[in-house]
Amino acid sequence: MLDAIEAFLGVPAPLLFGQLLLGLINGAFYAMLSLGLAVIFGLLNIINFTHGAQFMMGAFAAWMLLAWAGLGYWWALLLSPIIVGFTGIILEKLFISRLYKLDHLYGLLLTLGLGLIIEGVFRNEFGSSGLPYRIPAELSGAWDLGFMFMPIYRGWVVVAALFFCIATWLIIEKTRLGAYLRAATERAELVQAFGINVPRMITLTYGAGVALAAVAGVLAAPIYSVNPQMGSNLIIVVFAVVVIGGMGSILGSIVTGFGLGIVEGLTKVYYPEASATVIFVIMAIVLLARPAGLFGRA
Amino acid sequence: MASETTLTAIPTGVVGKQAPGIWGFNGGQMIALLIMIAALGAAPFFLYPVFVMKLLCFALFACAFNLLIGYVGLMSFGHAAYFGMGGYVAGHAAKVMGLTPEISIIAGGLIGAGLGLIGGWLAIRRQGIYFAMITMALAQMVYFFCVQAPFTGGEDGIQAIPRGKLFGVIPLDSDMAMYWVVAVVFLCGFMAIHRVIHSPFGQVMKAIRENEPRTTSLGYRTDDYKLVAFILSCGLAGVAGATKTLVFGIATLTDVHFSMSGEVVLMTLVGGLGTIFGPVIGAAVVIGMQNYLAEMGAWVTVIQGVIFVACVLAFRRGIVGEIGNLFKVKL
Repeated sequence: MLDAIEAFLGVPAPLLFGQLLLGLINGAFYAMLSLGLAVIFGLLNIINFTHGAQFMMGAFAAWMLLAWAGLGYWWALLLSPIIVGFTGIILEKLFISRLYKLDHLYGLLLTLGLGLIIEGVFRNEFGSSGLPYRIPAELSGAWDLGFMFMPIYRGWVVVAALFFCIATWLIIEKTRLGAYLRAATERAELVQAFGINVPRMITLTYGAGVALAAVAGVLAAPIYSVNPQMGSNLIIVVFAVVVIGGMGSILGSIVTGFGLGIVEGLTKVYYPEASATVIFVIMAIVLLARPAGLFGRA
Repeated sequence: MASETTLTAIPTGVVGKQAPGIWGFNGGQMIALLIMIAALGAAPFFLYPVFVMKLLCFALFACAFNLLIGYVGLMSFGHAAYFGMGGYVAGHAAKVMGLTPEISIIAGGLIGAGLGLIGGWLAIRRQGIYFAMITMALAQMVYFFCVQAPFTGGEDGIQAIPRGKLFGVIPLDSDMAMYWVVAVVFLCGFMAIHRVIHSPFGQVMKAIRENEPRTTSLGYRTDDYKLVAFILSCGLAGVAGATKTLVFGIATLTDVHFSMSGEVVLMTLVGGLGTIFGPVIGAAVVIGMQNYLAEMGAWVTVIQGVIFVACVLAFRRGIVGEIGNLFKVKL
């Protein structure tokens, strides 16, 4: 049976499924990061270039909690988003909130500058070689699935990312708070006229988007080494993902993120030379066929 | 787009009016131009020529970038791709094919323009923030191509590129000889950009920056204008990259990396978006800072970030824009 499948696929099954799993994990990070970008963009009209740095801060917060306070992975998963989200709120209050009346591009430049500062400070403090972060004991080891060995932690990352994505989607689509948020995305002045504190909502939304990036950072810490550049390498791909998906729909960001991760994994199996560029090629094709993005509104 | 949201502080009414003066330079610009030419002539006798050449290459790069952001309102976040590929092609032409420096530089410019044609054709389908993200993603694709392609030499880059003989006659091995070539290339590029901005084509570019739907309604195919502006800008970026490669005899991944795209944005922002002389001053500030603060390592990144934040929050006109505002003259 397995031989027949391998003959059909043209590659050994463990290789294929292994790369598919890696693709799913990358896709999980794409989905979580592009979701945060989409939520922030919806309300603030700003593309948050600091997002990569905040993802990195999430991972570093987990490392610091363990090294300096002895708090393990599960505490990090709870505390790191709160800490990093809070720094996001401070950034929004101090800097970003001053730009809402200006051209969008100034927001982009400001957040780019903030990202450079954060990354530079971490590089000075911790060097660029990277720090190890151990997989928690409960999630170490691997399952034998018959056709491949699956490290438990990797499975956990995919499940956890799906959980956070769906929870975000539910909050935005199904709760009263989400209804306010969607209304403010459409017409902020009108929502404010109904007595809702829109500026505070904007601040909290930015904090929530940043916290989501930090969650992704904590999930990533045991997989990649914790280093100051881990976010900036990822974020450019995430921008391509955002262009492909379009920022119009929350569910669209999630589907596009996971889907592109899988495509990237498959490319690694069948045509490894193109694996670094495949997402950008897909972006070019989507731009030709559907400029607004797969799920975007023109 | 309401007037307070436009990128530059240039008063409306400039569009459609041909500036008086010689070659389209007004009085203040003429004085600034004469000062710049005098500085170009004097600089190699007071400063290290290689440093000034580096500065001029980046100044041309920033001027090319400013042609897009300052005059068409298009924010390209991937200009390093055109700059770096211009460098690679010029290096390949000079070292492997043994072509003369002027041909190598032209080859660099052509490849920049050719890539700009493809990149621009894709990117102008979207506006604003999406345009920035698309140019950035395309540049990252070029970067990964350069990491893998055999002719770029991967991590090593192309090394020991000869400067060659200008027109096959004049050897450029001495820094002073090379300096005058670089100065002429820079000045030609600078004047070409100035000429484009003050041409009828340039007036349409500025109209697109101010109000694209209205320009369309006047019967202009704005996408064509944006694409041509993009190609021009990328071609000049390629020339700048090619010249830099010949100066240093090396083409590396640094020049195609995203941080280079960020640096050119910073130069233009510091100098003043939409000012003719701003990018030159901005390049001098950023390159000078890198040069004198080199031993500070990653703090240079932090300082660059702080300058970004300061410029955006408090200093949106840039150095030249502020000076122009002080003397009530458009520079």
